[in-house]
Amino acid sequence: MAAPMIRAEGVSKKYRIGARETTYTTLRDSIMAMAKAPLRRLRQLSGRDEGSPLIWALEDISFEVRQGEAVAIIGRNGAGKSTLLKVLARITEPTHGRVELFGRVGSLLEVGTGFHPELTGRENIFLNGAILGMRRAELRSKFDAIVDFAEIGRFLDTPVKHYSSGMFVRLAFAVAAHIDPDILLVDEVLAVGDAAFQKRCLGKMDDVARQGRTVLYVSHHMPSVTRLCRRGILLEQGRVRMDGDIFQVTGHYLKSDLGTSAERRWHDPATAPGDAVARLKSVRVLCDGCVSDVMDIRRPVTVEMEYWNLKPGAVLVSGFSFLNDQGVHLFVSCDWFGDQGNEAPKLPGVYRSRCVVPGNLFAEGQVRVVAEVSTGHPVYQIHFLEYDSAAFQVIDSGEPGSVRGRWGRPIPGVVRPALEWETSRIGSGEAA
Amino acid sequence: MSLSRSSVSLDDGDRSAPTSPPEGREGGAPLVVIEARRGWKGLGLHEFWLSRELLYFLVWRDVKVRYKQTVLGVAWAVLQPAVTMILFTLVFGRLGGMGRLVQVPYPVFAYSGILLWGFFAAAVGQSSTSLLASSHLVSKVYFPRLIIPVAAVGSGLLDLVVSSLLMIGLLLGYGLPVQPRAVLFPVFAGTALLSAIGVGTLLSALTVAYRDFRHLSGYLIQTWMFVSPVAYPLDAIPDRWRLLYSLNPMVGPIAGCRSSLLGEAFPWGPIAVSTTASILLLLLAMAYFRSVERRFADIV
Repeated sequence: MAAPMIRAEGVSKKYRIGARETTYTTLRDSIMAMAKAPLRRLRQLSGRDEGSPLIWALEDISFEVRQGEAVAIIGRNGAGKSTLLKVLARITEPTHGRVELFGRVGSLLEVGTGFHPELTGRENIFLNGAILGMRRAELRSKFDAIVDFAEIGRFLDTPVKHYSSGMFVRLAFAVAAHIDPDILLVDEVLAVGDAAFQKRCLGKMDDVARQGRTVLYVSHHMPSVTRLCRRGILLEQGRVRMDGDIFQVTGHYLKSDLGTSAERRWHDPATAPGDAVARLKSVRVLCDGCVSDVMDIRRPVTVEMEYWNLKPGAVLVSGFSFLNDQGVHLFVSCDWFGDQGNEAPKLPGVYRSRCVVPGNLFAEGQVRVVAEVSTGHPVYQIHFLEYDSAAFQVIDSGEPGSVRGRWGRPIPGVVRPALEWETSRIGSGEAA
Repeated sequence: MSLSRSSVSLDDGDRSAPTSPPEGREGGAPLVVIEARRGWKGLGLHEFWLSRELLYFLVWRDVKVRYKQTVLGVAWAVLQPAVTMILFTLVFGRLGGMGRLVQVPYPVFAYSGILLWGFFAAAVGQSSTSLLASSHLVSKVYFPRLIIPVAAVGSGLLDLVVSSLLMIGLLLGYGLPVQPRAVLFPVFAGTALLSAIGVGTLLSALTVAYRDFRHLSGYLIQTWMFVSPVAYPLDAIPDRWRLLYSLNPMVGPIAGCRSSLLGEAFPWGPIAVSTTASILLLLLAMAYFRSVERRFADIV
């Protein structure tokens, strides 16, 4: 059995939520709070203030990683993935517990940490390398390899502020990829860069693992996780929920999340969600005719539900709401919307409602489906409104046809529609 | 894909790739142990020393960036103290009548004080906000945090060298001899460096913990100048107060620098007191920094 490289025992991390969270309602309150604030701050800093709320970002985490293993840390936002990585990278101290590292650690928590826009590519290679812990002699000997990997060629002596975002990311990753550690900690680095570059980054990390080093990789990006790692650790609310084979763990994660996946069925009309009028039979999400947890951002997504109509002549409307993993309501749609609204009374039986969401609409990330059947007329009455009836992951790999294209930076926003753009010069800009 | 593994191999480089861990690691001692730090764990100077190359790179970055895209470049290092000298000459020398207290032309006298004071004030100013300004580093990568405020002080050294050239120019211009004892000038520049590291380190840590110090630091430096012998000679302080006054860590460097450059007798008593105070302050600052360092990433 290979030697252990990381051994974590009972690691916990407590954060104190500062006074920032409280909201002042009246002027008097805020003045009082202002008067008390310096005192409270003093108490907080000396660790004597027990009053403000605590958050356990990590609770009793134990695991061991052996030499040559590539392990993925997965979990929802706020599950403690990044905190765990920060503890392992020695950026923040654990509140309790102990971690033993049996080798040189390289951490890649962000691409381009310490890059200075005014400095040239060449200068930044040295600066960034030193920040990441490389010796000067080491940097010198790897310099050519870094420049080759980054493909910045003749821009080597240009200040990086003039670089395109793609070049910037390539250079930053190139430096980091040459840290040459025994243990490599990586956080979502692949969320940047165009598809071709992402593939190269994955290849590079693959090499690192294959050379017998140890890789710990935090990501939301399931395809890269399963490609790179054999083992996964699933965190949930700061605890290790599952630790084992990567496919089992990712499968569990995609379903888990409150027990939802791309397809869900209820077999017994007596216990299925609903009431005496309508009950939910199944919900599924399809891409190109197949049930799928993972959707290509460019492809239309078909969402369908089946339900039992138990009451003759019910005037039913069926609809879906879509939420992202932050719980933001993206949009709602129902079969009465538009010109084809089906408002006729329905005979009892099993019905199927299906809607197609066009490609290039959802943003990347998890989408949760809320299924609803209600009486729409004369009085609006909900029969079931099933949160997390299904969920799927939208992935933008940056291949042709996606919004991302060659844009290498994060794209904020809850939807990502493909829109037509045109920019042209309409005049000289001088006063007429 | 044109990417061939050999072109980007991790194997090239001066150290062989650790494809297998050192023998006997099973059960061996870990390289690093991470746990909650309780109690006193030393100043961490060994680790600081191991990271000296990073210190060099950060100083180099600060110097490089400071003069990039400036028209005057390094001339700023001369311009600032020169303007201060002219103002001092007009305000303190002429209006304040200090010119009569000193043996040499007042501009030369003033500049011999401004030289190290200017370095100290700029270095402390840079250093006190350095941790906040580097929050993106502190929260993303590990290295001994002490490097940050020390590098901020270090980046002022080039300016000091350049502004020292003007000192020589002034001495020659006023027909004053360059004394042999001027060789001691670097020693006093060194004690000024120690003072700046001490104060800068302390303020940088305090600024992270209490943002109030961001506003306080500037005011502190301003006030500090008046209790340092920059515009007036050390002799102006009555004898019985002089040693107490010398607890100010900048008294030694300024008085010593002035004596070495202007060929006056060294006030060894005040210099000894001030240097001791400076070293104690440095140790205190490093101890405080060390005790709050582990929380930086959480509160910066």
